[in-house]
Amino acid sequence: MVEDKLSIGNYTFTNRLFTGTGKFASKSLIPEMLNACGSQMITVALRRVDFASKTENILDYIPKEVTLLPNTSGARNEHEAVRIARIAREAGCGDLIKIEVITDMKYLLPDNHATLLATEILAKEGFTVLPYVSPDLPLARRLEEAGAAAVMPLGAPIGSNRGLETKAMIEILIENCQIPIIVDAGIGKPSQASAAMEMGADAVLVNTAISSAEDPVTMGRAFSLAVEAGRMAYLAKMREETKTAVASSPLTGFLS
Amino acid sequence: MKINVNGKAEETAPCSLLDFIHQKGLSPEGIVVEHNHNIVKRKTWQDIQLQENDNLELLSFVGGG
Repeated sequence: MVEDKLSIGNYTFTNRLFTGTGKFASKSLIPEMLNACGSQMITVALRRVDFASKTENILDYIPKEVTLLPNTSGARNEHEAVRIARIAREAGCGDLIKIEVITDMKYLLPDNHATLLATEILAKEGFTVLPYVSPDLPLARRLEEAGAAAVMPLGAPIGSNRGLETKAMIEILIENCQIPIIVDAGIGKPSQASAAMEMGADAVLVNTAISSAEDPVTMGRAFSLAVEAGRMAYLAKMREETKTAVASSPLTGFLS
Repeated sequence: MKINVNGKAEETAPCSLLDFIHQKGLSPEGIVVEHNHNIVKRKTWQDIQLQENDNLELLSFVGGG
């Protein structure tokens, strides 16, 4: 089999599980988790330094060969998202940016309109833009036109572990977009990640389901295997479902 | 003199941005700075003299999904 690579802008990945650094009980679990699952890209967030608590630098826990994907979490409009992206790039994190603009604090659903506006600005500035959005085909097309490098539709609200609740809408994106579709948010179980890959998602991003597991390192490995299995199944092309049985043994009687 | 740091007023003696960051007990490697709403590159920090009413945002990377 030819090596199955995923290209996002100028970046290439052979592992289709992207991970996040949020909510680990101990940061020292992050490199162990990365080692166990082989994830090649991981998200980080940017915040004001808290002088009261001596926080450790999260970047110290991420091996150099793993690509950083800073997010714009905390942004409430396109201006803040653009500002965070510029700061992240200045910090030496490269030009990748996951745009996350959230105004709804109950479901943490992304503001698609503001995300499109931020994508337009940042793509022009040479960023490799990965917008986190609710799955919507006309929006995905606009993002593509605006120069997004991928689209990251949510499966379910962030951290909810509810899985692929938006499955049918994501499927429409997969069928109709040229740029990669990365299912982000809401995936709670490896089987759900596998299902996303089986239906043709290019990658999944999993944070909470790994970091909040009792054993995040083993869970990272489980997700990695699930993503790989789902991807292989997609490439091997599954047969369609049928309403009635299709015999897999000869239908003649045993002795007749 | 008074400056604004991460949204809070602070008193500091006149000094360079780099000195201020050291005074705060921060290691320059892990942080990013906006000085009066402009992102300033690390190598220029020693040349920036803080002025009365300057606005500083000191940011760092944290865990997030």
